[in-house]
Amino acid sequence: MLYTDIVMDHFSNPRNVGEIKDADGVGEVGNIQCGDIMKIYIKVENDVITDCKFKTFGCGSAIASSSVTTEMVIGKTIEEALELTNKDVVQQLGGLPSVKVHCSVLAEDALKVAIYDYAEKTGKEYKGLEGFEPSQLSHEH
Amino acid sequence: MKRRYLDYSATTPVKEEVLDSMMPFFSEVYGNASSLHTFGQNANEKLTESREIIAKTIGAKTNEIYFTSGGSESDNWAIKSIAKAHEAKGKHIITSKIEHHAVLHTCEALEKEGFEVTYLDVDEDGYVDLDVLKDAIREDTILISIMYINNEIGTIQPVKEIGAIAREHNIVFHTDAVQALGNVSIDVEELNIDLLSVSAHKIYGPKGIGALYIRRGVKIIPFIDGGAQERKKRAGTENIPAIVGFAKACEIAERDLQAHVEKLSKLRDELIDKILGSIDEVKLNGPRDNRHPGNVNVAFKYIEGEALLLMLDAVGVAASSGSACTTGALEPSHVLMSIGLGHEIAHGSLRLTIGDFTEPEDIDFIVENLVRIVKTLRAMSPLYNA
Repeated sequence: MLYTDIVMDHFSNPRNVGEIKDADGVGEVGNIQCGDIMKIYIKVENDVITDCKFKTFGCGSAIASSSVTTEMVIGKTIEEALELTNKDVVQQLGGLPSVKVHCSVLAEDALKVAIYDYAEKTGKEYKGLEGFEPSQLSHEH
Repeated sequence: MKRRYLDYSATTPVKEEVLDSMMPFFSEVYGNASSLHTFGQNANEKLTESREIIAKTIGAKTNEIYFTSGGSESDNWAIKSIAKAHEAKGKHIITSKIEHHAVLHTCEALEKEGFEVTYLDVDEDGYVDLDVLKDAIREDTILISIMYINNEIGTIQPVKEIGAIAREHNIVFHTDAVQALGNVSIDVEELNIDLLSVSAHKIYGPKGIGALYIRRGVKIIPFIDGGAQERKKRAGTENIPAIVGFAKACEIAERDLQAHVEKLSKLRDELIDKILGSIDEVKLNGPRDNRHPGNVNVAFKYIEGEALLLMLDAVGVAASSGSACTTGALEPSHVLMSIGLGHEIAHGSLRLTIGDFTEPEDIDFIVENLVRIVKTLRAMSPLYNA
């Protein structure tokens, strides 16, 4: 099999699928040309991510990356969540084939964009967002 | 779990009859067909007999069949050597945008060597327009290579008409008939074909063996230098067991052609009708009629093909997809893009190819599961608003 059991588990039984209607932050990355679009919703209370959901158009590893990311960030503070990198996502999934690593990058970026959106809306500033500009993200594989 | 194989266009299982025919040629009749002794001559006899059977299947003469390692080699040989053998006359080749990569990448390689290639557009069903083909012909056109049946969407090209146009202009006509052999009746004389590529493993024969038909009189250069095998055009000791298996597969294919086509096209139509009837926002790729008897290719909006394949595999169904993720490419299938599909739907394509061991109950099982899987994936998709 192309994927680890953990990837297959997250793909087959994805956690936290859906939208958060009154989300505090929403991040969408990817593009239709490449065939991956990831949307992450966060709910924040006292700087802690209390809920996180996703919707993803993409392959097995894109869905698994989204699922595991939501699981990893719920309960974390914003600053803690901002420390999450795609390498953490890959590690948590027990590895991804090299051609699929970009899926984990999408997950990291979608989360960052959601937090950026939250920061914009609330006027808050976070160290982990310094120099981060969603419009400069490139997802051309 | 019961596994259901719906990827017959990728490859087929070797039929028992075929395997039985091959067995004696591994350890009993193992001579080198080029050897003078009885061991060799016994092998050589079978080689000739096999060549005759394969020639007869496509309406060719025995000495017009050259064994190769398969479809890709046949395509490479045909195109590269026609180009080299005819470059004094001209350096222009015409092909289509939906050819197999064995043709497209070979043409691209020739472009780097100074040849010019016209890649014809196809219409929304995958057909080459004959008038557009005629307009593309130039003084220096030396080769037209258009596939017989498309491997992804099943479109059957008007090869006879294309062959007639080529002949009228004194241009060599090659067709990749890898998906056609065993699925339509082929007569190279009637169809005006000069070169034709075929492969055994698509018709329940072994992998690693194929053939190139080269019409007598067509100037061609050798592909592999060495011994005198294949009329000194393709050296290397013949793979007799595989060749015997290929011949047996051809024999069966010809014998059972009508029943095979009837069975497959009935299941194909049922599968197409049921998918289109039970799932919204789905498109059939390729023509409704005049398509490969076992080919079903549909695209579901808002979902991605690899996820679909994984979920089908989880319930035992083997299929394929033209999505970028499954092929490791940046873009979805060149065939789907060429028939005008947008990215959002091309990524959600699914190819199910039916074969001789597909059972009627497989159809309902697949449709039931497709309905469930498409619903699950759409519920996850940010593009879908239920």
